[in-house]
Amino acid sequence: MAKIKGAVVVDSERCKGCNLCVVACPLDVLALTTKEVNKRGYTFAQTVLEDTCIGCASCATVCPDGCISVYKVKQQ
Amino acid sequence: MTREEIIKPENLVYKKPTLMNDNPMHYCPGCSHGVVHKLIAEVIEEMGLENKAVGVSPVGCAVFAYNYLDIDWEEAAHGRAPALATAIKRLWPSRLVFTYQGDGDLACIGTAETIHALNRGENITIIFINNAIYGMTGGQMAPTTLLGMKTATCPYGRDAAIHGYPLKMTEIAATLEGTAYVTRQSVHSVPAIRKAKKAIRKAFENSMNGKGSNLVEIVSTCNSGWKMSPAAANKWMEENMFPFYQLGDLKDKE
Ligand SMILES: Cc1ncc(C[n+]2csc(CCOP(=O)(O)OP(=O)(O)O)c2C)c(N)n1
Ligand code: SF4
Ligand code: SF4
Ligand code: SF4
Repeated sequence: MAKIKGAVVVDSERCKGCNLCVVACPLDVLALTTKEVNKRGYTFAQTVLEDTCIGCASCATVCPDGCISVYKVKQQ
Repeated sequence: MTREEIIKPENLVYKKPTLMNDNPMHYCPGCSHGVVHKLIAEVIEEMGLENKAVGVSPVGCAVFAYNYLDIDWEEAAHGRAPALATAIKRLWPSRLVFTYQGDGDLACIGTAETIHALNRGENITIIFINNAIYGMTGGQMAPTTLLGMKTATCPYGRDAAIHGYPLKMTEIAATLEGTAYVTRQSVHSVPAIRKAKKAIRKAFENSMNGKGSNLVEIVSTCNSGWKMSPAAANKWMEENMFPFYQLGDLKDKE
């Protein structure tokens, strides 16, 4: 059966830590940093459950700042 | 399969629209303005109008919209965007001309310009960001503020006896002969964002096809002004704004 695998890349310098992507992800792939901030002082979103992502792009669609790129492959 | 094997150009399914440049946007984290900016950029790209689009930015939080989308822009005086858009479209009919306005800009100081441009059937699109508050100036009451809603200038909540009733500009627009497409959308969820994008596309197509004027209201959040987290603001909007500002098409002159 074909399996869908996804991966996201967050532009952490552009991210403002609004958390909307974290809430939108159906599979809890993303979380905000707790101890690290970017150059502009924001916590930022990062992948915490790498293997789980299905590349649905919900996170990227809701991101107001266009910080997320999504990649997707169908594994045979 | 490793992350490196997945992250390859041929597997890319979503990225920031090309028309949205790398300037960091000044909007508060989680503000709806950014989502709508992305949709406008995507629709212009999909219609191949990158070199034909002229936006008119307002006074309000979106005053710097011209810094973020790489198309032509004019900056209007407060509320006057539809008048400026009228001039641009009449002088340059082959252009896609749209305004981008908040509720303070469109429904208060610019009420006359908005209603008359729509009523004249100017072949423009008005994108109307209704966050029920004056965001830029610090969260004062707007004409669109809900009854009972607290703002800096109605700290006990909007009271009809003192402040009058919230104004439904989109319902008014639907009654005007000049309007072709009048709709109310939102951007709080993935399905809502998809629908809002389709609405913007239809409005832009109408503008290019000379069908008349188009109003796309986006019921939006101003999480800073509302003093909530972005996610809580979306929830508050669903529970409080949508019952009063009902989503959907109000008029569609096919
Ligand atoms: C002639 C004039 N009057 C008043 C103002 C002050 N002012 C700036 S933005 C604004 C309203 C902003 O609210 P809105 O249009 O809802 O946009 P938002 O900031 O919420 O996106 C006002 C009254 C101004 N700049 N110019
Ligand atoms: S693409 Fe889908 S599954 Fe992957 S992180 Fe984004 S929302 Fe989650
Ligand atoms: S939605 Fe965008 S800006 Fe907000 S936390 Fe996620 S990546 Fe950052
Ligand atoms: S004040 Fe409100 S409308 Fe303005 S950028 Fe902040 S959240 Fe957005």
